[in-house]
Amino acid sequence: MQLTGAKILMECLVEQGVDTIFGYPGGTILNVYDELYNYENNGMMKHILTAHEQGACHAADGYARSTGKVGVCFATSGPGCTNLVTGIATAYMDSAPIVCITCNVGTALLGKDSFQEVDITGVTMPITKCNYLVRDVKDLADTVREAFAIARSGRPGPVLIDIPKNVTAEKAEYESLARSVHGTAGRLGALMSRASEDFKAPEPDHNDIEKLVEMIAESKKPMIICGGGVVRSRAHQELNELVNRIDAPAAVTLMGAGGLQGRDRHVTGMIGMHGSQASNMAVDACDLLIAIGCRFSDRVALKPSTFARNAKIVQIDIDRSEINKNVQTDHHIIGDAKRVLELLLERVRPAKHEDWMKYVFSFKTETEYDEASDHLTPQQVLTAIAKILPQDTIVATDVGQHQMWAIQHFHFDYPGQLLTSGGFGTMGFGLGAAIGAQISHPDKCVLHVTGDGCFRMNCHELATEQYYNLPIINVVFNNGVLGMVRQWQTLIYDKHYAATNLDRSPDFVKLAEAYGLSGARVTNVEELEKALKEALSCGHGYVIDCVIDMDEKVRPMVGGGSHITDFMLNS
Amino acid sequence: MANIERQTLAVLVDNEAGVLSRVTRLFSGKGYNIESLAVGTTDDPQVSRITIEIKANEDQTRLIASQLRKLICVHSVKVLVPDHAIRRELVLIKVMANTAESRNEVIQIANIFRSSIIDVSVASLTLAVIGDESKAEAIQNLLKEFGILELVRTGMVALERGQFTIDEQTKVKGEYDYGKNVL
Repeated sequence: MQLTGAKILMECLVEQGVDTIFGYPGGTILNVYDELYNYENNGMMKHILTAHEQGACHAADGYARSTGKVGVCFATSGPGCTNLVTGIATAYMDSAPIVCITCNVGTALLGKDSFQEVDITGVTMPITKCNYLVRDVKDLADTVREAFAIARSGRPGPVLIDIPKNVTAEKAEYESLARSVHGTAGRLGALMSRASEDFKAPEPDHNDIEKLVEMIAESKKPMIICGGGVVRSRAHQELNELVNRIDAPAAVTLMGAGGLQGRDRHVTGMIGMHGSQASNMAVDACDLLIAIGCRFSDRVALKPSTFARNAKIVQIDIDRSEINKNVQTDHHIIGDAKRVLELLLERVRPAKHEDWMKYVFSFKTETEYDEASDHLTPQQVLTAIAKILPQDTIVATDVGQHQMWAIQHFHFDYPGQLLTSGGFGTMGFGLGAAIGAQISHPDKCVLHVTGDGCFRMNCHELATEQYYNLPIINVVFNNGVLGMVRQWQTLIYDKHYAATNLDRSPDFVKLAEAYGLSGARVTNVEELEKALKEALSCGHGYVIDCVIDMDEKVRPMVGGGSHITDFMLNS
Repeated sequence: MANIERQTLAVLVDNEAGVLSRVTRLFSGKGYNIESLAVGTTDDPQVSRITIEIKANEDQTRLIASQLRKLICVHSVKVLVPDHAIRRELVLIKVMANTAESRNEVIQIANIFRSSIIDVSVASLTLAVIGDESKAEAIQNLLKEFGILELVRTGMVALERGQFTIDEQTKVKGEYDYGKNVL
């Protein structure tokens, strides 16, 4: 069947099971949107128009993280696609599967500094798993199939397809192909045929598994780190079973939150720079450290040379290039976290480590705060949220103090419950991600935790929240300063508060009203609880502006590059 | 930390637009200067082979090789160990030779190095030398006194000695493939 490039693209998205696209149109992508018009009218596709392309990219990312499916976003050439760049880098650092489709000027205009032209494949090369410039409409279907396969497989990540405008109008033969046979046809087939045996039928090495089983049996003080890989591979049940069977304390990284039942008695909380005392002390004392889907970032292994210095370190990862990258390991297993854990569970024998558990849990797993404070504290805000909102609420955060407080305080129970920019630390990520999560989970409560600095960056997406009637609850930790940077200035830079004062407009309640939402400014727990109840029942978006003190700190804290138990601030 | 040495990487890639920049940007992104780079198609016209030389220690080289293997356009990567590899480059040198005497001398030097004279003019001779960097350096030093007008190198190309090839199926290669893509 002869179809235009635009129609082939839409058909390929249908092949992939895509039903939602986040995006923003423009000159070069008009042919695609013209085709999308028909698919929307048929009810086959839903398009969410955001206020800014960055918001579309974060929304696709939030959609992907909360569902485990591939998120899709559209943008036009030039500024449209460069606006995606921060979003793509965010997805890349946290291994979130998204496919960005951008259109470029026609092939005859490429390379001539045409209006709204940019070499977006060149720009995004370091922040995508792979990207494509499709010059021939005949290659389009194969390219889209390959892009989705690459985005979702192995270690997931963003992929970008750039299509010149004339290619979206030209016609080529298109034949629908079931997703199950994509790996045997076209470019993907060629990619598969050149790979080694292990590539085609991937299975973790059984001898490697056997060795780890022995190491676990010999260990007296085992410890587990749950990283983002557990969340991506949805291996939470398997990991919970392993932790309980070998009776080992388990810490979670920022990206690993939700990979373990947050309330399990083995969970020591977060590890690293703002990790709990129990996590950091345990990793220093353990004799066997099993890190699953964790890349030992500089926020976890602050000082790689002394990290887990008394332990044999075992790294389980799907990405071979992560082994020995940041921390030297003693053993590794390459494979998908879920499959490796399944194989482990077939063989690992139950164990009890009472003394070791008692030692680890003699340290605090949570930070203690002054509950009697006369003004509203971050902890009071989080306690009230936990009390009033449903337990399975999806939490999207921005970046900074509020992010750390929220993650330390909440107990996440399933993968995709927490959406946060861990690797890239993107301020302004939260609202877009919350929109993606609410679109894919219309029946769940979605909470967006943010700070005044972060919220100001992308608050224009409140328009999207309003237009699509998304009942996202935005809780702003408003301390009038750039809190985390100020904390560093207080502790490390002699209280030189350079450019961290944010005591300025807008009034967030009025802003919410201007966008057609409701809002409330709260200064104590009663007002807050009342606002939360109203937000939950009002059926539309809500902004709660929580006034907190500018000198609240995230505790505990270990300085960058310091040994993991050298706490600069205690819990 | 192991010593910083000249390291040779052989990389098989798709012969497509943009592939070379995908490969080289990995090096620039980590702050390595590429000492030498040579690219050309292989016996299969859809596959190119890149030989890259950098100054790095063993750990750094292993890390960059493993990141190269992650690229979809990369088929295989091998770090070539100097003792088990042959490395050659072609150097073209244009030397000033405007007297019969100097022409004779340059031709003699060329013969000793088994290099060929590929162009002659009234005032100059152009030599083609094949070898590793020590041979190129030696002839360069000898020709300096005549006046080197221009010099160009192809960049080092290298192959492993014996019957081994870049495509060997090993456990480690399988591990890399797994990380790249489980389709």
